[in-house]
Amino acid sequence: MEAKLIDVAEGRARVRTYVGGNGQTMLYLHGAGGLMQDDPLLKALMSKYRVYAPLLPGYEDSEGADRLRDMLDFALFGFDLMEALGLEKPILVGHSMGGMIAAEMAALAPKQIDRLALIASAGLWLDAYPIPDIFAKLPFELPALLFHDVDFGTKLMTQGVNMDDMEFLNDFMIMNAKRLGTAGKLLFPIPDRGLTDRLYRVRAKTLLIWGDDDKLIPAVYGEAFKRQIKGAELVVIPKAGHLVGHEQPEAVLKALARLG
Amino acid sequence: MKFTWFNLMPWPYLPDDFRQKHHSVWVDIPSTLYDPERGHDVYNTYLDQLEYAEALGFDGIGVNEHHANAYGLMPSPNIMAATLSRRTKRAALVVLGNSIALYNPPLRVAEEFAMLDVLSAGRLVAGFPVGTSMDTNYCYGTVPALTREKYAEAHELIMRAWAADEPFAFNGRYTKLRYVNCWPKPIQKPHPPIFIPGGGSIETYDFCIENDYTYSYLSFTGYLRAKKLMDGYWERVDKAGVDDSPYRAGFAQTICVGETDAEAEKLYAEHVSYFYNRCLHVYPGFADAPGYRTIKTLQAQVLSQLTRQSLENLGSLSWKDLTEGGHVIAGSPATVRDRMKELIKGLRVGNIFCLIHIGNMPDAKTRHSTKLFAEQVMPHLRNEWPEHASDDRFWIHPVQKQAAAKGRVPAEAV
Repeated sequence: MEAKLIDVAEGRARVRTYVGGNGQTMLYLHGAGGLMQDDPLLKALMSKYRVYAPLLPGYEDSEGADRLRDMLDFALFGFDLMEALGLEKPILVGHSMGGMIAAEMAALAPKQIDRLALIASAGLWLDAYPIPDIFAKLPFELPALLFHDVDFGTKLMTQGVNMDDMEFLNDFMIMNAKRLGTAGKLLFPIPDRGLTDRLYRVRAKTLLIWGDDDKLIPAVYGEAFKRQIKGAELVVIPKAGHLVGHEQPEAVLKALARLG
Repeated sequence: MKFTWFNLMPWPYLPDDFRQKHHSVWVDIPSTLYDPERGHDVYNTYLDQLEYAEALGFDGIGVNEHHANAYGLMPSPNIMAATLSRRTKRAALVVLGNSIALYNPPLRVAEEFAMLDVLSAGRLVAGFPVGTSMDTNYCYGTVPALTREKYAEAHELIMRAWAADEPFAFNGRYTKLRYVNCWPKPIQKPHPPIFIPGGGSIETYDFCIENDYTYSYLSFTGYLRAKKLMDGYWERVDKAGVDDSPYRAGFAQTICVGETDAEAEKLYAEHVSYFYNRCLHVYPGFADAPGYRTIKTLQAQVLSQLTRQSLENLGSLSWKDLTEGGHVIAGSPATVRDRMKELIKGLRVGNIFCLIHIGNMPDAKTRHSTKLFAEQVMPHLRNEWPEHASDDRFWIHPVQKQAAAKGRVPAEAV
């Protein structure tokens, strides 16, 4: 896997991008938490696809967050990324917030996006299933919200360090403020920027992937996306929470094969 | 020196086990803990106290804005200031302030503040806080990372609206108005004195210095802990090459005055404890929405409160902790005088926001403490800055005429 800094939007942003694997071209847009060290999902995807995984401004050392303010800015930034990476009709995969951006891109330019995978995607709001407020959680409260197997998730998030360790907390809070600062522009205070009015435009072959134990954006949201995107298929994966790709990477990889 | 008697307007009936049973005093506190009929008495008692403070000679009476907060019952401080404008004649109405990023359009603030200035014949002090994360982000939904940009734009709109003689078009990112036309205009020209509450960011220091706004540090942790922050402000003033008038700064201090030190503890300890141990029970997850603060400010934060342990082990601050630590200045008039002098000189402030009603303090005790402060402390502190006695740039300029509130409107005017 290669990590490089690329200029995007004619130099208006610089984006850390991870590239690796062989196979069909895939653009992967991460969720609000960004990418993890040795990201298990990324590793799995790179075993079968040529994967481009850019980090949005505000994540790690990617720069240019100031000019991204609303949904349209982010969706167009997705196309700027495709342009900068030289990607033509990649398989577009987005997790959570990344799914929200990917769905918006597919609605905005249906002829440019023909294969789409939304993994535990944000973007819709169902009053009967309010999504918990990730912006008001303390670090130690997150694993239970994000994972089916909380012990596994805690270890993955902290790389084995105690969550109450001051050094871990310091780094986490600063990185978290930067990451969620960016994410808040799409997700705060309610992760809905009107996507439901635009999903009818999506023409891509669409796959929806959800963990059956997603406590953040429960699988009923997968069904809501399925109702609104023509021909979309929903795959619910057992023993997985919101970070379904991290808990069950092989099952996600297997599901993705349905896109062809 | 300018002394403003401030009332946060806390709800005085939080249960004893509030911290054990409830997540936070702010944002998601159940509104079943509030009783509107008792609330009627609470509001009117607090307003009476503010009027009493004017009668005792305080220079200003102060109100502020909070949302879904059991220690601050004023979602609209302007409503409170409006009632006070009719029943007072001399004191500055210190509204500290309106969270200008929250109003849509922010022109509303220019209009309402102008109304207050006209109603009070030029007695308004206009506060423009960015607002806490609890109010601005969690309660009022402003996107954290966009809060400061939105604030800066709102400030520009308000100041231009007050200054302009003709309607103008305002093409902001967050507010677009084809016709900005502020009716009425404030009495005070070019505008009422402006106070900016800050929490130590250099950007806010500079914003105040550049505009001749008063920098106000509103903290509940007292003057000893404020020294470093205020030193940082004065260094910045020095660097900017402007004069160092103490009226460029203000500080909020909790104060309890008794006949003796022992009486102060006997009368006020339980109410101070109610405030510091019950009212300030804010869930740390609401303290700081990611993106609200700059990264530099974050690096200085206290992390230990973000651990599971700290949520489970609720410590409690004793009277001794609070008075020795300077959170609270308490004691006989002589004791309070001495410590107030330390505060005034130590922080170099010309404005004190006196927090004398505290937590669930009953009316009689509040008046007792207020009266002792006004009669036996304040007169001795009046002339702490003789070389700046003529500096009136940072305070109100009322007009002489103060219309009396009449019993009823004449029939022919209706």
